[in-house]
Amino acid sequence: MLRYAYLRILGAIPTLLLVIAIAFLMVHSAPGGPFDAARVLPPEIERNIERAYHLDDTLFEQFTSYLQGLWHGDLGPSYRYRDSTVSELIAGALPLSMKLGALAMLLAVVAGVSAGIIAALRKNTIIDRIVTGVSMVGISIPIFVIAPLMVLVFAVMLGWLPASWAGSGSSDRLLMPVIALALPQIAYIARLTRASMINIMSSDFVRTARAQGLCTMSIVRYHAIKPAMLPLLSYMGPAVAGILTGSVVVEEVFGIPGVGQFFIRGALNRDYTLVLGITVVYAALVIFLNLVVDLLYGYLDPRIRGR
Amino acid sequence: MSAFSALRPVARYIRASRMVAICVLFLLLVALVALAGPLLSPNDYISTDFDNRFGAPTMQGMQFFGTDEFGRDLFSRTLLGIQVTLFVAVIASIVSLGIGVIYGATAGFIGGKVDAVMMRAVDALYALPFVFLVILLMVAFERNFLLIFVAIGAINWLDMARIVRGQTISLKHREFVDAARLIGVSTPGIIWRHITPNLFGVVVVYMTLTIPQAILVESFLSFLGLGVQEPQTSLGALVNSGITHMGRAPWLLIIPASVLAFILFCFNFLGDGLRDVVDPKNKT
Amino acid sequence: MSLLEIDGLTIRYADSPAPAVSDLNIVIERGEAIGIVGESGSGKTQTAMAIMGLLPANADVSGSIRFDGTELRGATPTVLNRYRACRIAMVFQDPRTALNPYVRIGKQLRRVLLEHRMCGRAEADVRTLDMLQKVGLPDPERQFRAFPHELSGGMRQRAMIGAALIGEPDLLVADEPTTALDVTVQAQILRLISELHTETNSALLLITHDLGVVAGNCERVVVMDKGCMVEEGLTREVFNEPVSARTEALLSSAPRIDSEVMSKPIDTDADPVLEIEDIAVSFRERRSSWGERLHAVKPISLSLGECETVAVVGESGSGKTSLARAVLGLLPADAGRVSFLGRALPSHVGARRNKVRRNLQMVFQDPLASLNPAMSVREIVAEPLRIHESGMKKEERNKSVDTMLTRVGMEAELAGRYPHELSGGQAQRVAIARSLILQPKVLICDEAVAALDGTVQHEILKLLLTEQANSGLSLVFITHDLAVVRQISHRVLVMYMGRLCEIAENETLFRRPRHPYTKALLSSVPVIDPEASAVDAPLAGEAASALSPPTGCPFHPRCPHAIAVCNEEIPELTQCNSTLVACHRAADLDLSY
Repeated sequence: MLRYAYLRILGAIPTLLLVIAIAFLMVHSAPGGPFDAARVLPPEIERNIERAYHLDDTLFEQFTSYLQGLWHGDLGPSYRYRDSTVSELIAGALPLSMKLGALAMLLAVVAGVSAGIIAALRKNTIIDRIVTGVSMVGISIPIFVIAPLMVLVFAVMLGWLPASWAGSGSSDRLLMPVIALALPQIAYIARLTRASMINIMSSDFVRTARAQGLCTMSIVRYHAIKPAMLPLLSYMGPAVAGILTGSVVVEEVFGIPGVGQFFIRGALNRDYTLVLGITVVYAALVIFLNLVVDLLYGYLDPRIRGR
Repeated sequence: MSAFSALRPVARYIRASRMVAICVLFLLLVALVALAGPLLSPNDYISTDFDNRFGAPTMQGMQFFGTDEFGRDLFSRTLLGIQVTLFVAVIASIVSLGIGVIYGATAGFIGGKVDAVMMRAVDALYALPFVFLVILLMVAFERNFLLIFVAIGAINWLDMARIVRGQTISLKHREFVDAARLIGVSTPGIIWRHITPNLFGVVVVYMTLTIPQAILVESFLSFLGLGVQEPQTSLGALVNSGITHMGRAPWLLIIPASVLAFILFCFNFLGDGLRDVVDPKNKT
Repeated sequence: MSLLEIDGLTIRYADSPAPAVSDLNIVIERGEAIGIVGESGSGKTQTAMAIMGLLPANADVSGSIRFDGTELRGATPTVLNRYRACRIAMVFQDPRTALNPYVRIGKQLRRVLLEHRMCGRAEADVRTLDMLQKVGLPDPERQFRAFPHELSGGMRQRAMIGAALIGEPDLLVADEPTTALDVTVQAQILRLISELHTETNSALLLITHDLGVVAGNCERVVVMDKGCMVEEGLTREVFNEPVSARTEALLSSAPRIDSEVMSKPIDTDADPVLEIEDIAVSFRERRSSWGERLHAVKPISLSLGECETVAVVGESGSGKTSLARAVLGLLPADAGRVSFLGRALPSHVGARRNKVRRNLQMVFQDPLASLNPAMSVREIVAEPLRIHESGMKKEERNKSVDTMLTRVGMEAELAGRYPHELSGGQAQRVAIARSLILQPKVLICDEAVAALDGTVQHEILKLLLTEQANSGLSLVFITHDLAVVRQISHRVLVMYMGRLCEIAENETLFRRPRHPYTKALLSSVPVIDPEASAVDAPLAGEAASALSPPTGCPFHPRCPHAIAVCNEEIPELTQCNSTLVACHRAADLDLSY
C-alpha cells in the first residue's frame, strides 16, 4: 500500500507540471498574446505584462518564473482588466463556483448511486427500464441544451424558479443551476453503478452468499456494496472534470458570477492570461482530487492494501 | 484470414432486437445525409431573406423547419449542420483511433516497464479537464478548422489506448501467439496476422462510442463560439443560436437539439450493446 | 421419510432443444454419502443448483424436490433461505472465486450464523474460530482476519467447507470440491470432507467427474449422462458390474493408475534426440524491477530418445511448464543448454533456424486459447506449411491439410469452421494437427488432455500414441495426472518446487518409488476401486511459496521420513539401482507397493 501511495503521489507532480507547461506554451505562441512582440495593448496593461513576464528572458526562464509565481499564488496580470491580477479575479469567483460544484457533485452521487442500485436490483422490470432509458437520454442531451430548456420551462413558462442569478436574492436561485449541472453526471453515475452492481450480483461469491441463505438486502449490505462502489470511485476523477466543464455552461446560462463565467469572458475577449490561469487552477484541483480518489481506492481494495 | 469472423456476434446482435435495428437504420440515414448534405434541400443555406425572419415550419417553399433570424432556411442549415458535425466527429475519431491504437498496442506489446510508464501517463491524463486545454488552444490560435479535429482527437484517445492495450496484452499471452512463434512466424507476422485481426472487433466497438464524445466536444466548442464559423454551421452552432432566440422561435432550438440528441442516443445505444457483445466483462 | 427425495426433476432452457436434466429420481437418506458422476454436460451441477434453488431465472424446472417432507422446487427465496446453510449447504468448485475477495474470511463465516440468528455476535466469533480450527486451518485467529487472496488454494477450500458446515446442515452438497486443487491437496480435502461427514452424521452429496473420488468416499453412486440418470446403486456393485453401456464406457476410459502400459518398447541405446543440460529458469516477481527473484526451475538435465515418451510430473509450482517453455525457447533460461540431434540450440526461439524450429512443437493445455480466433481451422493447420514449405502450391497445401485433419480424426467439413465453433476435443485435435503437420521429431504436451473429459482424453492419447508409432515421434508429456503417466510413458520425471526428485522407468516408478514425494503422489490418486482399503494418511501441508523456499531439501517440511540432514543440505541426484533420485534417505527407505 505504501509503495502504491508513493508511486501515485510521485506521478501526480509531473502530470501537473506537464499540463502547466502545455498551457503555458499555447499562450506563449498565441498570436496577439502576451508574448507576441506584435501585440497592441493599452499602456497600463502593457506595463503590467512586461513587469510580470520578463520578456527578455529565454523561454525556459520565463516558464520557471511563471512557475515561481504560481508557487506564491501569483498567476500574473489580467490581459484585459486593468487593475486586477488573475489571482484576484479567480479568488473572488472561486467560492461560489466551488459551492455550486460541490452541491452538484453531492446530488449526482446520491441520486445516481441510488438509482443505479435500485435499477440493478430490479433488473429488467419497469423501474430498471425507466432508469436506463432516462440515463441514456441524459447522456445524449448536452448540458448546454438542458440548462436553457430548464430556464425556458421552469422560469419563463411556469414561473416557479428565478431565471437569473442577479435578479433574485432568494436561496432557490441555486436549485436549477445545481440540478442542471448534476444531471449529466447523475446519468453517468446511474449507468455505471447499475452495471457494476449487476456485475457483482452475478459473481460467484454472491452465489455462495445466496447458498448460505442470505437475503438480498444482506447480500447487498455485507458482500456487494463495497466491491460495486470501486468502479464508481475510479470515475470520480472524470466526474469532477465533467462538473468543472459543465459549470462553464451553467454559470453562463444562469448568469452566475463564478469562475466559469470568467473563463468564457476570457475566451471571448482573448484574455489569455486569465484563461491560462483558470486552466491551471482547475487542472491542479482535478489532479489533487484524483490523487485522493486513487489513494482511497488503494485503501479499500484489500488486494492492494495488503502489499 | 478473416477479421470478419470477429464481427459475427456483432451481426447477430444487430438482428436481435427491434430497437437496435431502428438505431442502425437511423444512423444509416444520418450517414446518407452527411454525405449528401444540403444538396438534399431545394433551398440553400446561405441566402438570407429579411422579410421572412423567424418563419415557422411550413410546407410552403419547402421550408420544413422554418427560417432563422436571418431568414435562412433551417432545413438546409440543419442538413449542413449534420454534415459538418459528423464530418468533424468522424475525422476526429479517426485521429483518436490512430493515436490510441498505436499508443495502446505499443504499450501492450512491449510490456514491462515501458508499458507501466505509458499507462501511468494515461491514468494521469485521464481526469484532466482536457476541454479547457482545447479551449485555450482554440483561443490562442484563432479558430483554425483543422485544429479542431486534432484537438478533439487529442481528447478522446485515452479510452481507446486503454482498451487496445488491454486487448493486446491478453492476446500476447494467449497460447496461440506462442504456438505461432514455435511454428516460425516472425514478429511482424505475429503482429499482423495474429494480433491485429483480433483487435479489430474491439476497435470498431469503441469507435461507436468515441464518435458521440467527439460530437459533444465539437458542439460544446460551437456553443462557446469557438467552433465552425459562418456561413458554415454545425449542430452545436445551430443549438447555440437557437438558445438565443428560444423565446421567440422555439423550433430554432428544438429541431437541431432533437436531431443532435437522437444521433447521440443511437450511437451510445449501439455502442453499449456492441461493447457487451465484444467484451462481456465490461458490461455497462 | 428420506432426507431428500428428487422425483421426476426436469430442467429445460429456451435456447436448447435437449433438456439439461431429464426426469431425474434420486433419494438420499440421512447420514448417507452418495455420489453423482458424469462427464461435463451430464447435468450434475444443474441438479445441485436445483436442490439449492440457485438455477438462473430462465430455467424451466418441473418435478419435485422434497427435503424432509417440504417441497423446495419452486419455493420462494424466503422459504429457501430458511433451509440454506442450516439444513442444506453447498461447497463450490473454485474457492478462488467462490469466496468474496473483499471481505475477511472470519466475517464471511460469521455472517452465516448471524444471518440465521443462530447466536449473538460474541458467540458467533467463538464458533467461527472453532470451525476454522476444525477444518484444519493453522493459526485460526490469523485466518479469521485474513482476506482470501492471502490463503493458498487448499486453505481457501477448507474455509469454504467451514462456511458450509458452520450452520450444521443435514445435507452437504459438494460440487467438484477438489477439481481445482493439486493432487496431494485434493487427498487432504477429501479426507477432511469424509471425516466431517462421519463426525457430524450429515448426509453428503458429492458431485464429480472423477470415478476414483466417488469410489473412495461414497456408498452409493448415481451415473448421469446427457441429463438422464443412466445407472444407480451401491458403488461397489455399479463399478464392478456395470449394467449400462455408458457406465462401462466411463469406467473403461478412465485412466487408472494400475492400467496396462499402452506405449511400445523402444531401443534405449540409440543416440538421444533431445538433450537438456542443466537448464535453470527464474523470473522476477511481477513486472517490478525491485521484486525478488523467483527460481522456477533449478538446474535439470534430461535426454530424450527417438520414439520415447518421457512424462514430467509435478503439481502447481513444480516448474514443469517453465521447463518446457525454456526448452522450446519461449522463455529465457538462466543457464544450461539444449541440444537437438547433437547440435546446441540458441536459447531464444526467434534465433533458431526454421529447419530446427519445425522439429520442436508443443500442444497446450487450453485448446481454445491455443487457436487464433480470427483464423479458420484450415488456415490454422496450413500456416506452418506456408512458412516452412513456401514452394507448395495452394492445392497441394490444402490436400496436406485435409490428410492431416483426417489423421487426427476431424471430419473434412469442419475445416471451414472457426475455433469458437468447436468443442474442446475438436479444438485440441486441430492443435495437434497444426503441430504435427511439419512432422516434428519432438512434441511437448503441456497438460494437453487435462481440460478434456475422460472419453475424449482417452481418444486423444490414443491418437498421440498412434502418431508416435507411425512417425517416430518423441513425446514429452507434462501432467499432474499419474494415471495418464502410467498409460503412456516410458520414463517418468518427478519435479517438486523446481527440483528433480526422481527419474525412473515407468514400471519401476509405480512399483517401487524411491522419493517420498513420489510415494505421496501415488498414494494421493483416488483409486477406482470401491473395495480398496483406506490409504495412508494424505500428505500434510502444501508446497511452500517459491519466494521463500525451505532450506535443504524443499520437500522436507512435509516429508514423513525427514531427518536432520534434510533441513541442511540439498540432496543431489544419485543412482539407486535403475532410478535416479534426489533424497538423502534413498538408500535405506523402502517405499515399494
